[in-house]
Amino acid sequence: MTAFVLKRIGFAVITLFAVLTLVFFIVRVLPGDPASVVLGDQASAATIEALRHKLGLDQPLIVQYLDFLGGVVRGDWGVSMATGRPVVQEVLNVLPYTIELTLAALVLGLAFGVPLGIWAAVNRNRIPDYLTRIVSLLGLSAPAFVSAVILLLLFAIQLRWFPVISSGQDTSLAGKLRDLTLPAVNLGLIMAAYITRVTRSAMLEVMSQDYVRTARAKGVPRNVVIWRHAFRNSLIPVVTVVGLYLGILIGNSVLTEIVFNRPGLGKLIVGALGQRDYTMLQGMMVIYTFIVVVINLLTDLVYGLVDPRVQYR
Amino acid sequence: MTDGSEKRMAPGGFAQSEFGAVATMAWRAVARAFRMNATTWVGGLALLIIIAAAVLAPWLAPHDPLEQNILETLQSPSALHWLGTDSYGRDTFSRIMYGARLSLLIGLCSILVAVVVGTLIGLVSGYFGAKLDIVIMQVMDVILAFPSLILGLILVAMLGASVTNLILAIAFTAVPAFARIARAPTIALREREFVQAGRALGYSDSRIMFRHLLPNIIPDVLVMASLWMATAVRVEASLAFIGLSVAPPTPTWGGMVREGFENILDSYSLALFPSLAVLILVLALNLIGDGLRDAIDPNLRTES
Repeated sequence: MTAFVLKRIGFAVITLFAVLTLVFFIVRVLPGDPASVVLGDQASAATIEALRHKLGLDQPLIVQYLDFLGGVVRGDWGVSMATGRPVVQEVLNVLPYTIELTLAALVLGLAFGVPLGIWAAVNRNRIPDYLTRIVSLLGLSAPAFVSAVILLLLFAIQLRWFPVISSGQDTSLAGKLRDLTLPAVNLGLIMAAYITRVTRSAMLEVMSQDYVRTARAKGVPRNVVIWRHAFRNSLIPVVTVVGLYLGILIGNSVLTEIVFNRPGLGKLIVGALGQRDYTMLQGMMVIYTFIVVVINLLTDLVYGLVDPRVQYR
Repeated sequence: MTDGSEKRMAPGGFAQSEFGAVATMAWRAVARAFRMNATTWVGGLALLIIIAAAVLAPWLAPHDPLEQNILETLQSPSALHWLGTDSYGRDTFSRIMYGARLSLLIGLCSILVAVVVGTLIGLVSGYFGAKLDIVIMQVMDVILAFPSLILGLILVAMLGASVTNLILAIAFTAVPAFARIARAPTIALREREFVQAGRALGYSDSRIMFRHLLPNIIPDVLVMASLWMATAVRVEASLAFIGLSVAPPTPTWGGMVREGFENILDSYSLALFPSLAVLILVLALNLIGDGLRDAIDPNLRTES
């Protein structure tokens, strides 16, 4: 078991290194000099050169690369060009909001997606199946900003259940919950749509297995077969996919945070885009890389825990 | 099932040397998808209407999409302006029609680029295998691990927002998916008799890859293409919503939703209708993709 965990962690570190290298090259090698991008078309050659020097862009590529990696390891991701504060600090300030939102959406997605998927699978090719298929397809077709705008129109403007623009000042539990509800529902709908589909196909796959037929043939009640034999085995692909789709969730949290005016990584990255905050953008990519790699690692480990057939080697 | 598509289960049976085999395989899968599922028809019809609206916009649109009118700003739907107007008094319905052009263009072109590049990478990687395969697929997995929206956002931000850059950025995020989908069957088919026969006859690697392996991969690639085109349209609209798209006043659906969202307290229609347009196009593509997948999935086929 320890060896398995260590091996997975080692693999994650290698992936992290590879993605960071990719990030570095995307940022540096793409056409368009960051310094002139930051300063705009009107800047003189001298100011561009000065900024290039300040950012270390006049160094040889290999020196820049090592500096970048060293900085990432030391937790020195540079200073935001817009606010003058360290990028790490800016990121850590808003990270809890995004994590809170993502986790809430994940819980909602599982709470609705798993039962719906099972319901669809056990009623295959009957009305519940068609119904869940349409609804889940709708859920995964809607870009997060589309569903967010529709939720906002419906629940905040038409029904007035929630404030259109939250002040974010109410720090009581009720106030926090009210601020969290619509964004979490928005993201949760997308997650639920994916989880429903995966649960359905996993259940169908398991229920066509010989051991399920055997259990039914020897007279085990249908409900017991569904829950004890089929459901537990269908969890394995669901876990993998949840990990895979957490990435999609993180992408969609950007749009959700914009529409509901919620602090978080999404608002930070869009703000950095607007202000051409180059160091911040680079830092954002590093943090997203970390998140993606950590999620993949956790998925691998959970996969090992859920499926006893996975070899701990 | 009596048509030729079950031959896919025994691909050795049709190692055709005509290049037209690629088109034949693609066509069979499409025809099958429409025969099997009513929902594919719904998706196909919706897509057709949107394509028609985009192509015929100059003739069919009731108003000039760029014509401003300060006396008619942020109106609700009416007989004159079917879906209302925006904050410059421009007709929302006409702008949605013109906006469809950009969504379709970027969606289609980015997926074409991704299909060609990705399938090529997957074919080569799977066919030659060994160390090359490990390295290539590792790189692909790394790119795939990134959320497409974030990756697209960074790329467009760095490259600058233009139609070409949007196409390239979105294509880049989709390439690994096609590399993977092309690689798996290539590995499975590599050792089959018809490939060995080709080698024995002295065919070149490229001839075996493109004439013998590629036609067998096409159905899988096609499913992936329609599903990823849905993603491409979604990412394009999301980027436009964030503000990373062609400069105004060119209408983009995402940009229109953004405008509507900024005026959401004054007018519901400007935010709602372009949103629905995005939703319908993505849904249509997903329905077609689902239908195609059902049509080529041998497991589902034997049951139905």
